[in-house]
Amino acid sequence: MNLENMNVVLHDMSLRDGMHAKRHQISLQEMADVAVGLDQAGMPLIEVTHGDGLGGASVNYGFPAHTDEAYLSKVVPLMKQAKISALLLPGIGTVDHLRMAHDLGVATIRVATHCTEADVSEQHIGLAAKMGMDTVGFLMMAHMVSAEKLLEQAKLMVAYGANCIYCTDSAGYMLPDEVSEKIGLLRAELPAQVEIGFHGHHNMGMAIANSLAAIEAGAVRIDGSVAGLGAGAGNTPLEILCAVLARMGAHTGIDLYSIMDVAEDLVVPMMDQPIRVDRDALTLGYAGVYSSFLLFAQRAEAKYGIQARDLLVELGRRGTVGGQEDMIEDLAITMAKAKGAM
Amino acid sequence: MANKLKAVIIGPGNIGTDLLMKMQRSDWIEPVWMVGVDPQSEGLKRAQAMGIKTTADGVDGMLEHVLADDIRIAFDATSAYVHAENSRKLNELGVLMVDLTPAAIGPYCIPPVNLADHTSNLEMNVNMVTCGGQATIPMVHAVSRVQGVDYGEIVATVSSKSVGPGTRINIDEFTRTTAGGVEQVGGAKKGKAIIVINPAEPPLIMRDTVHCLTTDTPDEDAITASVHAMITEVQKYVPGYRLVNGPVFDGKRVSMFLEVEGLGDYLPKYAGNLDIMTAAALRTGEMFAEEISKGAIALPARA
Repeated sequence: MNLENMNVVLHDMSLRDGMHAKRHQISLQEMADVAVGLDQAGMPLIEVTHGDGLGGASVNYGFPAHTDEAYLSKVVPLMKQAKISALLLPGIGTVDHLRMAHDLGVATIRVATHCTEADVSEQHIGLAAKMGMDTVGFLMMAHMVSAEKLLEQAKLMVAYGANCIYCTDSAGYMLPDEVSEKIGLLRAELPAQVEIGFHGHHNMGMAIANSLAAIEAGAVRIDGSVAGLGAGAGNTPLEILCAVLARMGAHTGIDLYSIMDVAEDLVVPMMDQPIRVDRDALTLGYAGVYSSFLLFAQRAEAKYGIQARDLLVELGRRGTVGGQEDMIEDLAITMAKAKGAM
Repeated sequence: MANKLKAVIIGPGNIGTDLLMKMQRSDWIEPVWMVGVDPQSEGLKRAQAMGIKTTADGVDGMLEHVLADDIRIAFDATSAYVHAENSRKLNELGVLMVDLTPAAIGPYCIPPVNLADHTSNLEMNVNMVTCGGQATIPMVHAVSRVQGVDYGEIVATVSSKSVGPGTRINIDEFTRTTAGGVEQVGGAKKGKAIIVINPAEPPLIMRDTVHCLTTDTPDEDAITASVHAMITEVQKYVPGYRLVNGPVFDGKRVSMFLEVEGLGDYLPKYAGNLDIMTAAALRTGEMFAEEISKGAIALPARA
């Protein structure tokens, strides 16, 4: 694989996807310290939001330690060069949240829908583009559809005003060939000025390999998180990806030692549990299940005595999509009743 | 029955057609007119084939027949954009309006919670909130009538096939309106609504989760009894409304997990989200008709 002299824009997820792994309890000071460390290391884009995006604060997904407003107000003014992004899932957050983020200085908005439901994003993408924001269409659980279907949905988001489209492997299910095919088709068919991005999870141990495949196929934005702090087995670990890309002669603009230090000195000590491919995270990838279901399934296992792995496989079989966290407790009760356990 | 209220349905789409089929079985409401805007519309053709008078000229196409045909109640299944005008024109002629659009000019109506108030006040325009609201607000109320609810949250998961372009293009309207209904009708101090669209095949039956955070420790027995009683109330007009699990008690959290299967009249059974709207709207019309028949309320006099 030859990525020599390619320019790659890395986008840190540790303060948004990482919120899942921290049950949305990252403190304001931790947010600030990690963001400043990343800014100094040269990270161009840093996402700061509840794990489920703006407005995600809820019983269903978890109440965060602080509001989106508080996190963004704290972090945005501290940035010297990095831009702050926010995630928004229509159906959870609204254009009111989007305006709030814009007013607080968020530069990039990423409007996320399930990979077949792009047409719920029109009002949000349209408004963000109109306000002059860097506007990203984020197609989640992209392993569930063909490359052609993904392209069809991507075209909708581009028509609404998105200037960048992500192929999002929310379940960490994809293998590199699938990434190459999907990113390749998006790159070949979308207008040249529309950037392509890839968001991976490490549930099958493929996050680095998939990210490289994405870059080779034409993606210029790659998501990851320092020390992998993210849902499931985490996102593409950025310090590793930086080292790999440096070896391959690609350019990220990031100082390798600095990002290694952010990972080791700031992020690893924040972790409530090791972020690794344990059997439940591996099941997410293997069964194609939304990565943020992990901790919910483990909590349901503790409460109802049904193995998280069995819950996750059944959730995959039922075709659950991102956002259906409420199904986990419901299913655990139903399975426990069937076992005669309650 | 002589006391049936004669009705016009505005909007011959999926909702309007399903409503028409339910209305044909009603003891209290008689469908007379179906109003559309497209002469080629399949919905108008279907209505015509069922013996219903139709017009493709919008509400204006039937206004002159309102008095002659003794039209007393209208069901608007069009869009928020045109509802206000439809309502004004028909209200002027003394026609009650049941609003299935998100316009919400009139008060929210969740039949087992506050329909009786609306009929006794003879509200001339009532709004049916949203599908998610119809499915979940009765449960929030079932908790709040027992004890204070600081926060009510609902998650509606619906099949992709059952979500039409109107909802998709303004999905924020769903979350805002439903959250408002959770507060104003459900009785939660603060409301939150989430909608998830799932494209699985075969399509999943509408699912709803209701979480309430009570002010004080929940009275488990009283809430459980109240929830079961409310399920029975909703089942009177939506037989496929089921409590799958719960109420689950976890500290001050009370959670109910529901499934809403439709009757499968015109809309498929999985589209319980659409069925509960048409069923609740018809139930609303029927209750007005019953109260009028009893003499408890009187519609504006006509010469």
